[in-house]
Amino acid sequence: MTALPPFQTVLDEHSAAVMAILRGAVGRDGADDCFQETFLAALRAYPKLEDAGNLRGWLLTIAHRKAIDHHRARGRTPVPVAEVREVAVEDGVPAHDPGLWAAVGALPPKQRAAVALRYGSDLPHAEIAAALGCSPAAARRSLHEGLKRLRKELA
Amino acid sequence: MRTATEKSTELAAIDGFKARAAAEGLLDVAYTTADSPFGPLLLARTERGLVRVGLPNQDADGLLADLAARVSPRVLEAPRELDEVRRELDLYFEGKLDRFDLPLDWRLSGGFRQRVLRAINRIPYGQTRSYTEMARKAGNERAVRAAGTACGSNPIPLVVPCHRVLRSGGALGGYGGGLPMKEALLELEGVRDGKGSA
Repeated sequence: MTALPPFQTVLDEHSAAVMAILRGAVGRDGADDCFQETFLAALRAYPKLEDAGNLRGWLLTIAHRKAIDHHRARGRTPVPVAEVREVAVEDGVPAHDPGLWAAVGALPPKQRAAVALRYGSDLPHAEIAAALGCSPAAARRSLHEGLKRLRKELA
Repeated sequence: MRTATEKSTELAAIDGFKARAAAEGLLDVAYTTADSPFGPLLLARTERGLVRVGLPNQDADGLLADLAARVSPRVLEAPRELDEVRRELDLYFEGKLDRFDLPLDWRLSGGFRQRVLRAINRIPYGQTRSYTEMARKAGNERAVRAAGTACGSNPIPLVVPCHRVLRSGGALGGYGGGLPMKEALLELEGVRDGKGSA
């Protein structure tokens, strides 16, 4: 067990990663509000956090939930895929392609989070697993399934 | 790669978060650093009042970690929350303020130490007292050494004026910020030349 550092340290060290994943998950416009919601929820819960061992994973989990809330609030349940545009997706993923991120946003939650954490935040499998609260193997599987689905839908 | 725009929207989001945290009463410990003639000071407050003043030679990160452990880990940099403290300290260093009017949070010292510090807090500007007197005021005249320890561990130096406590013979004794700072503070307050006996 590690002592909890001052919350300011947590903010300093992880705000960029949280913002990056949220930009990937909800887009620029929603990211600001989700960011504030994420850190408010984290600050509320912080004194009761039992282990400061993986603060980044903990924060990204909260961010992930806030992104889901955001999509729910906007009625974007993981269904609409009909109007996905044709985009050539080989290896070079166009990072700011709104059509691509819309498709990512339409993935089932675990797959969406895995894809956003891997490609939006550049996290390794172990950290994705920590953020999602699953094993690295399960994280890898979610990522794989998510990518497979994206390839199929964007093909 | 992050652009300057992304960085500035991130800072705006951080400001928004802190404003909402303050409105929700989640800023258990707000802190800032302030310039002083002696170097940067760390200032920290709770909802009760000023809880910690870190002197320039003290490790600010260590003090913040200590606040996180002993008061609350909800420690956030929030300069505006310390505007009044900064204002009074500025005036004090300019020689224009002889009594601080700030709410204090004593929770970092307990028992005898807190009684010593509260007694010190009543020493008027420009006057000095001995460690023995402080021990007596705190209810145990023989605990002179403990009174000295209480001074040395004063969490709110400057505002709680432990620099006004000297050895019985008038020698300077000790100071957490270093003896030159103690001397300079006494000089600022017009107490002799800060050295030797009166």
